[in-house]
Amino acid sequence: MSIEVLKPGLLVTVQDLGRTGYGKYGLGRSGAMDGFAHRVANWLVGNAESEAALEVTWSGFSVRFRQSMLVSITGADLSPESGGTPVPMWRPVWFRQGSELAFKRPVSGCRAYVAVAGGVDSPQVLGSRSTHLRAGIGGLNGRALQAGDVLHNKDSGRFGSPAASSRDFAEHVFFRAARWSAAPRPGYIRGNQAVRVTRGRQYDDFRAADLRRFFEDSYRVKPESDRMGYRLSGPRLELRTPREYLSEGVADGTVQVPADGQPIILMADRQTLGGYPKIAQVVSADLPKVAQLSPGDAIRFREVSLDEAEQLYLARERGLRRLKTMIDVRLEGMFGC
Amino acid sequence: MGNMVIEPLGETALLIQFGEKIDEGVNRQVQAAVSLLEASPFPGFVECIPSFAAVAVYYDPFRLDRSPGEGTAFEHVRSLVQNRLKQIGVHAERKRDVIDIPVCYGGEHGPDLAYVAELNGLDEAEVVSIHSGRDYLVYALGFAPGFPYLGGMPASISAPRKGTPRLSIPAGSVGIAGTQTGIYPLDTPGGWQIIGRTPLALFRPGQDPPVLLNSGQYIRFRPIGVSEYDRLAGERG
Repeated sequence: MSIEVLKPGLLVTVQDLGRTGYGKYGLGRSGAMDGFAHRVANWLVGNAESEAALEVTWSGFSVRFRQSMLVSITGADLSPESGGTPVPMWRPVWFRQGSELAFKRPVSGCRAYVAVAGGVDSPQVLGSRSTHLRAGIGGLNGRALQAGDVLHNKDSGRFGSPAASSRDFAEHVFFRAARWSAAPRPGYIRGNQAVRVTRGRQYDDFRAADLRRFFEDSYRVKPESDRMGYRLSGPRLELRTPREYLSEGVADGTVQVPADGQPIILMADRQTLGGYPKIAQVVSADLPKVAQLSPGDAIRFREVSLDEAEQLYLARERGLRRLKTMIDVRLEGMFGC
Repeated sequence: MGNMVIEPLGETALLIQFGEKIDEGVNRQVQAAVSLLEASPFPGFVECIPSFAAVAVYYDPFRLDRSPGEGTAFEHVRSLVQNRLKQIGVHAERKRDVIDIPVCYGGEHGPDLAYVAELNGLDEAEVVSIHSGRDYLVYALGFAPGFPYLGGMPASISAPRKGTPRLSIPAGSVGIAGTQTGIYPLDTPGGWQIIGRTPLALFRPGQDPPVLLNSGQYIRFRPIGVSEYDRLAGERG
């Protein structure tokens, strides 16, 4: 089964959970920026969470389904439409053969995920299908999707070919959506987010007054933010005593501060090592919030202890497993298997 | 274990710091720590990444094998790491592994060689002879896939970064920035003074491991002429 790209949009890439084990060679993880939305999208079409899906940034992307296909759209609300009708998100949707899906304009959030039953097929490069734009590997030849690209799913997925159900499509009906949804209107996707952080390794090296402002004031997301990092503008952060640090390992969500005093949150396509002082570390549970911020959005930081951050991580994973169980029950009800 | 310091890097990683300066002895401990950790991965271990004087250890707190009330995930992983690194001082010194890096210096492949020479009051041949006259330790790979952080370039051929970075530097270019020297693994913009180019590919995504060099190895630059460069580049295809 195949999908034809009609319009490439701003930036659409193939992403899975990312590439681990190659950091020591200088190759970072990549993978979905909003890992929550990516995993849920896969579960909604009966896939393992490790399958590849499309990460759609902002607007302008459209595709045609050459065969009928089971699809889900999660993450940012980028006004998905088919034949002029809004397509509901966070649920399984059957698209009829020949129907189109277009992302019209961003309503809330920055990145949407499109999963197809069976998973998007592309060659595995070093254990992952994730596109790493800078290294030029993964996904479709290591690049963003272009008009005319044709994507395939690996197989028709757990529930077999949905072609049989296309007989149910009335004329001028392009898709059928399940009545239930996994996560209606998720609260994490909106502007002006408070993002929880633990203290970074060099937290104590910053001036006390600057640390207060880091937490009390808000920052704005700069336009040059991308999959490598979110560049922020706001109160300038300075070291008590200027000094150089040896480059060392960084992590997703590391907040580092270059000499201009404006913080950068490192994201999926980040470098593996960093030499700037680290003021803070975004907790994993809040990385999807950051990934959904658009240029111009405000962001505030709130400190939590390492213990709280660990509890948030464990609670998030337990919550996701409950959500997956609920989705599986619903899917089994629909497909009778 | 000397002055090994272990600190959290958020709730999914920790950093083991062996020192605060660029030092071959410290880096040997770093490389030994990576070997020991990879030899006996604990449940929840994701990967570890060495740098000049530290190792970052990444883990999944949800997959750790620990009982409730045992303390934090960080404390749990710290103790696993400490146990594995107990033997770090006693391992035998590794054989010195030197990788030959052919470099075509100057000309179209090294447009800044003349500048570096002039700046240091040398002629081009002297810069080449100094640059290729010693071994460099690959302290770590980072910045870009396969990029070696090299130590030990003589200060007599140092040069500041360019005021305006070039928009594109071809992969394989050998550059100088301050007292650092390095090799660009990918075509990228960059501000280093480019003195030569190697026909070898540093990043090899079709192979596993996907890199020519590994941290802990030494490299030696070997001057080659344009014809040998072309021949080696041709073999690569």
